[in-house]
Amino acid sequence: MNSHSVVRVVTKLLMPFIFIYALYVQFHGDFGPGGGFQAGVIFASGFVLYTLVFGLENARRVAPAWLTRTALGLGVLIFAGTGIASMIYGGLYLDYSALAHDPHHGQHLGILIVELGVGITVAAAMISLFLVFAGQDKDD
Amino acid sequence: MFMLATALAIVRLRNLFASAMLTGIYSLLAASLFVVMDAVDVAFTEAAVGAGISMVLFLGTLALVKGKDRASRPKDVLPLIVAIATGAVLLYGTLDMPSYGDPNAPIHHHVADLYLDEGGSETGVPNIVTVVLASYRGYDTLGETTVVFTAAIAVMLLLGRARRRPRKNGKKIDAIDPEAPV
Amino acid sequence: MEFWTEIGLPAFALPGLLNYWVAIILMMIGFYTVMAHENLIKKVIGLNIFQAAVFVLYISMAKVDGGTAPILGDDIEVYSNPLPHVLILTAIVVGIATTALGLALIVRIRDAYGTIEEEEIRAAEQEAGT
Repeated sequence: MNSHSVVRVVTKLLMPFIFIYALYVQFHGDFGPGGGFQAGVIFASGFVLYTLVFGLENARRVAPAWLTRTALGLGVLIFAGTGIASMIYGGLYLDYSALAHDPHHGQHLGILIVELGVGITVAAAMISLFLVFAGQDKDD
Repeated sequence: MFMLATALAIVRLRNLFASAMLTGIYSLLAASLFVVMDAVDVAFTEAAVGAGISMVLFLGTLALVKGKDRASRPKDVLPLIVAIATGAVLLYGTLDMPSYGDPNAPIHHHVADLYLDEGGSETGVPNIVTVVLASYRGYDTLGETTVVFTAAIAVMLLLGRARRRPRKNGKKIDAIDPEAPV
Repeated sequence: MEFWTEIGLPAFALPGLLNYWVAIILMMIGFYTVMAHENLIKKVIGLNIFQAAVFVLYISMAKVDGGTAPILGDDIEVYSNPLPHVLILTAIVVGIATTALGLALIVRIRDAYGTIEEEEIRAAEQEAGT
């Protein structure tokens, strides 16, 4: 699909909107529909679009294997780390009320961070799944 | 209703490519059904996952394995009988369930009331789905994130670089080297 | 429900349990696909159908008449039940991850046996065994 200039231009136009929308869904999940799971998937689908139009080579340059793999682990670590952090601040595991002086702020902060962790893991997982499937060389 | 038709079409179609496409439509229909039933968060996810990523994955697999559903017709009627019998039992089970949309159904009076009444004031976050997901059921979500993580790792291990070995005349290849880098 | 009476169908055309029935029929279609088809990809598609049917069943249970989506507002009294939404939300994402795993296994199976038809795989196994 490399040669169609219309497709290329339209994709380039759409990409920033898809990614910004993903970030909006990620951080607006407290107030409207959305959250880490959705944002991660939307982010990944934007990336899939990029890969389909510009080819695997370019995609692997944007998201090399080490990056997706690190992000995959990082998300889970953020989630689990939030739990540890709330223990350090004197609460129970994953009890966000302890994260700030005001329990409300603590809960809000905790939810935000945890959703970020979920989003990173899901996005990285979906991107690496897609790249691994697409990256197979077709024998016979 | 449309879902029923699509599902039947998927089952009957022998062209795997077409059925993979139809799974996307099926997911999209499911997503719109979820909007009708007030589950916006779920609809959001289903639309993005089912109609987007899962279809791409199916097509990716088809590109790798190519082929049609060669079995001309399922020969024996046993699966059909089993499916109908199970369905009948389940249908009989639904007779005891509260009818659709009944506000007095027991499911709405266990912990849901608590979440709806207290969730907003305890956390200051108005989207209750997010509150329950991240706060009340934080352990669950942590576990589920780990499942996604593990599945991604497993797929990478299965389809990683180790696969790019020459095959022996299309016959069985040797056991895969477990130490091979991914 | 009003829709059905508007277009002239009698109200009893849509009994309170219809949603559950549709979900169960969809489930059985998926179940049948998994059992009857030889092709492994078709089996995974059947599992997907089954899965989506379970989602529909859960979300149907969460619906409350006259309720809205569970996002708190000032003058809204009735919300649908958020708990099934949460469960299904995570189940969808986990479902796609496990589907991907299944597809990856299918790709490997084809590598090893050169086919994705169950019978042929079994035949190849027996050949290797004797």
